[in-house]
Amino acid sequence: MVTLSPKSDQKILLELKGVKKYFPIKGGILKRDQGHVKAVEDVSLQLYEGESLGVVGESGCGKSTLGRAILGLEELTEGKIHFRNEEIQDLKRKEKLKFVKEMQMIFQDPYASLNPRQRIGHALEEVFTMHTNMSAKEKRASVLDLLHEVGLKEEHFDRYPHEFSGGQRQRIGIARAIALNPSFVICDEAVSALDVSVQAQVLKLLKTLQEKYQLSYLFISHDLGVVRYFCDRVLVMYLGNTVELGTVKELFANPLHPYTQALLSAIPRPSVHTNKKRIRLEGDLPNPANPPTGCPFHTRCPIAQEVCMVDKPAWQEIEPAHFAACHFAGTKI
Amino acid sequence: MTNAVLTTDLKTSVVKKKEKVYVTTLKRLLKNKLAVAGMVIIILQIGMAIFAPVISTHDPIHQNLVKSELPMFSENHWLGTDNYGRDVWSRIVYGARISLLVGITAVSLGLLGGVTLGLLGGYYKKLDGIIMRIVDLLFSFPGILLAMLIIAILGTNLVNVAIAISIWSIPTCARIVRGSVLSIKQKEYIMAMKSLGASDFRIMIRHILPNAMAPIIVFATMRMATAILSTASLSYLGLGAQPPTPEWGAMIAVGQNYMWTSPHLTIIPGIAIMLTVFAFNVVGDGLRDALDPNMDIN
Repeated sequence: MVTLSPKSDQKILLELKGVKKYFPIKGGILKRDQGHVKAVEDVSLQLYEGESLGVVGESGCGKSTLGRAILGLEELTEGKIHFRNEEIQDLKRKEKLKFVKEMQMIFQDPYASLNPRQRIGHALEEVFTMHTNMSAKEKRASVLDLLHEVGLKEEHFDRYPHEFSGGQRQRIGIARAIALNPSFVICDEAVSALDVSVQAQVLKLLKTLQEKYQLSYLFISHDLGVVRYFCDRVLVMYLGNTVELGTVKELFANPLHPYTQALLSAIPRPSVHTNKKRIRLEGDLPNPANPPTGCPFHTRCPIAQEVCMVDKPAWQEIEPAHFAACHFAGTKI
Repeated sequence: MTNAVLTTDLKTSVVKKKEKVYVTTLKRLLKNKLAVAGMVIIILQIGMAIFAPVISTHDPIHQNLVKSELPMFSENHWLGTDNYGRDVWSRIVYGARISLLVGITAVSLGLLGGVTLGLLGGYYKKLDGIIMRIVDLLFSFPGILLAMLIIAILGTNLVNVAIAISIWSIPTCARIVRGSVLSIKQKEYIMAMKSLGASDFRIMIRHILPNAMAPIIVFATMRMATAILSTASLSYLGLGAQPPTPEWGAMIAVGQNYMWTSPHLTIIPGIAIMLTVFAFNVVGDGLRDALDPNMDIN
């Protein structure tokens, strides 16, 4: 595939091929399957070494499920995931351990993602217990290094999660994710729960770590401002489908898909001079258990034509390294 | 990351040194007067059990027919003697040993079985159906009847009483644990541990169990009361401790023949049983109240 992304000289780290994740809806007396919630519908993409790929979309569009599916926390309904050219979606837990070291996740709510009954020093040591044969002394030393790395202190070792502030907790979450020197980290709304000032600090920390360890990020977020600052490329999702993918610069300057255009117009602009009209989408997100025929967006799309209700638009490279799934890609609303 | 940013983050954060959960629980428990009274009784009883040879005045099974059926506050025998002339006080003291020992054994065995079944049932969806049907089956037997059945099969002695009572504790415990596991396994930190590659065993033991401890502790305390009462009941029926073992229930069984002439032979072991059961129950109640606000410390 021709991908003229600015990082095209780099190796592909992770590749998704036609990934689908359906959740069965059970009902009735016999608990039979009564259809599926199509959380992730046919997602294919590549992630390069050292890049940050942002994933944006409304709540319920399948961003988080996608992240979990990549880590193997959700079983795929269909599709393949390649990590460093090895298929990983069907591996058993023991075979998967070597990939676990490479792929980690930072969760949205740093408090909920830490065991409230475990001192954070021990929580971090446990990561080494599971994956290495370090002695107790080595583990403690490594944990102290980690704490310093994320901007915490030695005295925090013996504290419980509730004794920290939100920002500090997220630093602990980050420390846990980078403990095993991964090459790929999924940030699932990693800064959404934090104050704006703390957000900036945590984002800075993530950037520093990325430069130091050559990390790749899959940065799941609903905050376009954060994505614009943090990511190299952006993937827009709608109702489980990939809608548009491009470099941050390209996508923000020249959004091809009407949904992306609507999303971008919703970013507040601190300016009195530009009087840009906001594109308002009518109606709600359709029920993912019963998605619309044709283009999933046609029910709310301001430029929808008849063809959109019948044919699902193909995922195609409209401009170099800029993909979109729309029959009328590039039409400005 | 610049140092300036770092220090502001650490300074602005409110790092209040909170007490550990167990300390706060104990503090709350100490405010509950009834629970404190219960704890005093339990501590006294444990002291009695441990120091039985020191505080007893006579050999609990030594018969002295010359001094049989002495009333309370007699010389050398402040709680009197029974029909064989055995010192009631010494028998009560040694009886505390038996009650506690059987109670602790029964509750520990019950917890072992119940927690295991509850953890497995709550964690593995596939096992849940089978395990919960077994639990339902055990539930359908009346407690004492089930215990009698088990003793009838295994034979009458105190070890079998402990086993019988423990089996009868398993279903309740399993249900309590399963309920907690079901809610805890949805928490994000369990997901986080899975993403770190933790084994199911590690997740259950290190992460789910510690967070499910509060209801288990309350259950264990309350169950101690029931276990001690059941031991006494079974011994009273002749299915538990055999003569001349100084067991409270067995003491009542013998004493009831002399109820009109020497009422202290039934009243004193009766009071001992009642106080112990009362103590464990109020402490259990107190623990539940004290732990409740902490059960969900998120």
